[in-house]
Amino acid sequence: MKPLAGLNRFLSRLPLHLAVIGMCLLWIIPTLGLFVTSFRSREDVRTSGWWTIARAQEMTGQAEYETYCAACHGNDGSALATANLADPEIVARYPRSNRLLAMLRQDVDGGPHLVGPTLPEDPNQALEVLSPILTRMQILSGGGESAARFSLRNYADALVGYKGTQDYLTDCEQGIASSLAKFECNASDLLNPEGMGQAFLNTVFVTVPATILPILFAALAAYAFAWLDFRGRQWMFALLVGLQIIPLQMTLVPISRLYVQLGIQNTFFGIWLFHTGFGLPYAIYLMRNFIGSLPREIFESAYLDGATHWTAFRKLVLPLSLPAIASLGIFQFLWVWNDFLVAKIFLNAHPVLTVQVTNLIDPRGGNWHILTGAAFLSFLIPMIVFFAFQRYFVRGLLAGSVKG
Amino acid sequence: MTPLIMRQGRLAPWLYLLPALFIMLIFIVYPTLNTIYLSFLDASSSQSAATNCVPGDSCWGAFENYHYALTNPDMVTALRNNALWLLVMVPGTVIGGLVFAVLADRVRYESLAKSIIFMPMAISFIGAGIIWRFVYYIETGSGEQIGLLNAVLVALGAPPQAFLSNPAINNFALMLVGVWLWAGFCMTILSAAIKGLSAEVLEAARVDGASEWQLFFRIMLPLILPTVTVVITTMVINVLKIFDIVFVMTGGNYGTEVIANRMFKLIVTDTGRSMAIAVILIILTIPIMIINIRRFRQQEAIR
Repeated sequence: MKPLAGLNRFLSRLPLHLAVIGMCLLWIIPTLGLFVTSFRSREDVRTSGWWTIARAQEMTGQAEYETYCAACHGNDGSALATANLADPEIVARYPRSNRLLAMLRQDVDGGPHLVGPTLPEDPNQALEVLSPILTRMQILSGGGESAARFSLRNYADALVGYKGTQDYLTDCEQGIASSLAKFECNASDLLNPEGMGQAFLNTVFVTVPATILPILFAALAAYAFAWLDFRGRQWMFALLVGLQIIPLQMTLVPISRLYVQLGIQNTFFGIWLFHTGFGLPYAIYLMRNFIGSLPREIFESAYLDGATHWTAFRKLVLPLSLPAIASLGIFQFLWVWNDFLVAKIFLNAHPVLTVQVTNLIDPRGGNWHILTGAAFLSFLIPMIVFFAFQRYFVRGLLAGSVKG
Repeated sequence: MTPLIMRQGRLAPWLYLLPALFIMLIFIVYPTLNTIYLSFLDASSSQSAATNCVPGDSCWGAFENYHYALTNPDMVTALRNNALWLLVMVPGTVIGGLVFAVLADRVRYESLAKSIIFMPMAISFIGAGIIWRFVYYIETGSGEQIGLLNAVLVALGAPPQAFLSNPAINNFALMLVGVWLWAGFCMTILSAAIKGLSAEVLEAARVDGASEWQLFFRIMLPLILPTVTVVITTMVINVLKIFDIVFVMTGGNYGTEVIANRMFKLIVTDTGRSMAIAVILIILTIPIMIINIRRFRQQEAIR
């Protein structure tokens, strides 16, 4: 009886599991696709979907190779001693299929290279044929295949902001000067203003102060709202609740004119202040609710012992509100790190990650390999922070929107 | 709540408040008022908006920018789209989040499942836009479809679709991204509310023979209704301000314009009109602001 009961229970719960797991898959697949793509070569990304990586690769290009190449080069590519297609060194000369095409269009031994069927005239169609053949050659030459399929080359391109015909690492190895005009092929390229490396530094430089400043000012104000008495306390706090939802868009033009007058447009200082201003209403609200719920007795005894407000604030409030500070910190950190609009308007001269990613978008969709790498570079830190401190993030979210 | 009144100077509270108040005054209050003022001026903020009037057409005088903001075809599209976003994305995220919260509550891998749905909250709108541009990508040449959705369509024998430029579907394609991003937010808050329900009440209902459906609709839902309201108001605000998704995926082209993107486009070339659009945006959020303040007052009264 028992195993049957277990089976019954399992079957009756099956729809539940299917629903939950199905929804999780739907949620994760788009991101997974981007992640997988970021490791694939430009050629692979352009010609096949990322989900095909699981497909057996041994057969790739087999048919095309047999049609065009096998008659002379042999099935394993080594029939011609002078043009051994299984030789990794020869294969390495053709990192992309357009190189192969250029070579095939040239005559060999006084006649056309291809003696059998000819390639399509249209270059794009010809490349469609050559791409699998190139893959086949890489497979035949062995070893290099897996390395070529998955690499960090896209990340290197994205980090230095490389837009050449091949990838940055290959061009540097081969010293292709024309594509490397702005590059040194050493660590200094990481600071290329068009790359994600510099953008990463810019983002860090924006985010850290823009996270600390509002929390600091909010803690001070929240202490006053929670434990001090002053005129207008009630209505000012109610106003604060209202201010939380003022759309940021309202303030862009006046602030940017102010910044131009003050000469702090396109400075980090300017963007710190802006994020501080916009982070404050929520930060004060959350901190005040937390500080206000600390037990009254500890303040009373501290005051009886002669503590000043300043001492109480530093020695009691700040240490005790660490959980709230953590929640708020993560909240503000993610918000500033992921911000696009404010950075685009006030710091366009020093693009942060989000702005830099949009600079890399090719409207024709030709550079997915770099874009996916760049996008993942921008996710890296927020993902780590998010998963490491998810508890605090959730707590901050709940405190802000429900508890009140 | 009465504050603790230790002997304090009249000045002390203001010393604590001053930095925050000063910054908020400069960065929120002043610009909001200034924006309203600018919305009555022309493109370069030098003359009255009335100079934008076209002779022969109807003219709203100093309110001419609002005339534009409410009647210009692009703006009409934007207003219509924002309404559509509200109608689709608010129920989509709230119901989706609620259903997932209820379902995940019953499985052992709950925290993992919730993390997955919540994860998009960690990444930027821009990043999400890129993820989904790739999902929606259409290969118009002879090559294989490398966008997931079109590859699925082709595998099923259907023709590939231009998800982002076909006006019949592109708005919904963008809203799907919004749901993907925000459902986790709704789920997290609603899940916490469900966990806060008393286990005895639910157990008593079960013992009384209530079905799971009855349990949900008759007991759970009414009990978490205040939280649902909070989530809905938050989502309404988020949807009204929706910008980044549209900006990065379609740039507001092909009939996908929204208010905030329209405002962004005009910000340099036609400040007056841009500011009028911003003011319309804030007017739309005022009801929510009032609801929030009222709710806050009620909570304070209970404290």
